[in-house]
Amino acid sequence: MATTTAPGTAAPAAGPPARKRKTVLGAPLWVGLLFLLPALVLLGALVVYPIGYTVWRSLFGANGSDFVWFDNYTEIFTGSDTQTALKNNAVWVVLAPTVTTALGLMFAVLTERIRWATAFKLVIFMPMAISMLAAGIIFRLVYEADPERGVANAVVVGVHDTFSESSAYPKAKPRPKGDLAAQKGGGFTTKATHDAGSPVALPLVGIKPDELSDAQDAKKPSSAGGEGLVGTVWLDFAKGGGGKPGEVDPGEKALKGVKVEAVKDGEVVASARTASDGTFTLDAEGPVQLRLPASNFTTPYNGVDWLGPSLITPAIIGSYVWMWSGFAMVLIAAGLASVPRELLEAARVDGASEWKVFTRITVPLLAPVLAVVLVTLMINVLKVFDLIWIIAPGSSMDDANVLALELYLSSFGGGSNQGVGSAIGVLLLLLVLPVMYLNVRRMRREARR
Amino acid sequence: MSTIDATTAVKKATPVGQRREPGLASRIVARTSSGVVQVVLLVVALFWLMPTVGLLVASLRTTTDANASGWWEALTEPAQLTWSNYDELLSNEAITDSLWNTALITVPTTLLVVVVAALAAYAFAWVEFPGRDWVFLLVVGLLVVPIQVGLVPVSRLFGDLGIFGSITGVVLFHTAFGLPFAIFLLRNFFAEIPRELLEAARLDGAGELRLFATVVLPLGGPAVASLGIFQFLWVWNDMLVALVFADSESKPITVALQDQVRQFSSNTDVLAPGAFLSMIIPLLVFFAFQRQFVSGVMAGAVK
Repeated sequence: MATTTAPGTAAPAAGPPARKRKTVLGAPLWVGLLFLLPALVLLGALVVYPIGYTVWRSLFGANGSDFVWFDNYTEIFTGSDTQTALKNNAVWVVLAPTVTTALGLMFAVLTERIRWATAFKLVIFMPMAISMLAAGIIFRLVYEADPERGVANAVVVGVHDTFSESSAYPKAKPRPKGDLAAQKGGGFTTKATHDAGSPVALPLVGIKPDELSDAQDAKKPSSAGGEGLVGTVWLDFAKGGGGKPGEVDPGEKALKGVKVEAVKDGEVVASARTASDGTFTLDAEGPVQLRLPASNFTTPYNGVDWLGPSLITPAIIGSYVWMWSGFAMVLIAAGLASVPRELLEAARVDGASEWKVFTRITVPLLAPVLAVVLVTLMINVLKVFDLIWIIAPGSSMDDANVLALELYLSSFGGGSNQGVGSAIGVLLLLLVLPVMYLNVRRMRREARR
Repeated sequence: MSTIDATTAVKKATPVGQRREPGLASRIVARTSSGVVQVVLLVVALFWLMPTVGLLVASLRTTTDANASGWWEALTEPAQLTWSNYDELLSNEAITDSLWNTALITVPTTLLVVVVAALAAYAFAWVEFPGRDWVFLLVVGLLVVPIQVGLVPVSRLFGDLGIFGSITGVVLFHTAFGLPFAIFLLRNFFAEIPRELLEAARLDGAGELRLFATVVLPLGGPAVASLGIFQFLWVWNDMLVALVFADSESKPITVALQDQVRQFSSNTDVLAPGAFLSMIIPLLVFFAFQRQFVSGVMAGAVK
């Protein structure tokens, strides 16, 4: 997990730093060295030496024996895989920390107003405890493309169908050689013209009867009404056979909600939708042609291709935000606890709105904490590997590539070029160098105090 | 240290400014806005829970059901739920072995990190030796080194030492990269121990080891607990290090599951229960020790 320290933060844990101590305790030097030895050996052999080796190795080619100067670095900035990785890393470093921090801030501030804040924080923080592998598997399920299986697309499709005309009968078509004929741009129009007075039969086929098991039986409209042009749209197919084509037979199912338009000289003069028994009434006299417009038959909306090449990185960032918002929230909430209440109260008494209090007082006072959270997340984001490795399907892996993944792939995953892998390692190290510097400087300042 | 329920402390704080009695209008505004906040946060909480609940429910459905419909169908038809996936998984030796490997990697690593770091932290805090501050600053500098930097060189080193592909190698790598944070956390905590306590123990004739074991470790208890919990979860949840340094005999559950992902991509009947199985221990640890875990996480960032 990320470990950062940044300057200017109130430290709740440890108090003042080490002052100059005298050797009153009188521990002999060799004791100190003995206590330090295991740690120094491990750190030296497995952290410090590897840093040096990585820098050195990054100057050699794939086989490790020919000195190639900075070719591996050139490769990083010119190779197509690594360029995608660099681009994606930029998206990650900008997007993931800001969204995570913004959500954390929102949650931290809002939870101050509810009684069940502890429960809420527990729910949001819980993903921090699980592995990125598990989170990856969780989000593979969420992003499953089929709206019947993936919850993200189920929601997207549900919302889409609420707000836009959804077509109920995507596969329906007229009987061949019937009155209805396909027209340009989808939809079907009658070849003959019709007048008010005689009911119009608009039979369709091509729908599985099972899909209509809940529908009412179709009804032949009474022609006696005389109120406009009437007719029926139904599935001209009786279960178990029988029935005449083009006639409403008993047991044949009505198609409800189908849009019917009356067209005269290419202009729509009236339109209506079929009732649940399949009948419709058009406010037109005729002679008109009847049209079933294409909107009745469009293929259904199937949601978003989350794991396709264009959305894969934002989709994986979504899973990262899910994991880390709790971290941001908890840190910011702790910072919030040290914001002087009197200041906020005073502003409210002076008539400042909650929004003003938030933007003018809370956020500025929290700035140091927000900076720490952002920096910590940025460092953390550079190292994200598992989420991409698990969530991106093989076909989108290249589009989801980041430096940490490319390092693994080129060093161990078939790329078999540890020179480039080492160069990427050095690049990652260079990217965290400023934070390393800040940490060390801060510790030195504290030690001097 | 502030923890997840920092708000309790906030609520107790009494405002100093005397507030006017709010008018009816502003009271209505306050009530409705509080209602809106409640609803928004409730929706957010459900939204946050949904992926995990989805995994749990999906892990309890058969492949046939999973292929036919989304996991949410099972919420209205609880009859679909079955333990069969888990039965199958737990009789799969590759999975149970890898779960055992996870424990074999995590427990020794946690103990090693705590012991080695505590010794070093004591030396940094209470033993005077030349260059001490410089060495400590070096350790602080190592805090942010990405583990990726170590993968290539250490895999060669372990190859030479003959421990590449073994649990020992995985444990050593985790320990080394866990140390900077561990030493940093414990040293800052140990430095707070009142000098008088140490001196009193010294006057009683306590040696260095006894001083460490009877005064420093018990007083540093909370920090050691935080570190232990944090380290435990970190190693338990790791995939990358084990992916590089473990072989098929020593791989932990995370690597075994990623094998499945890479090979079959969508075999929910193995992945969902497997992922949940790997989450059980971390979740138990989290709920049992959330205070320590949160303060460990916070120490990583703020301090």
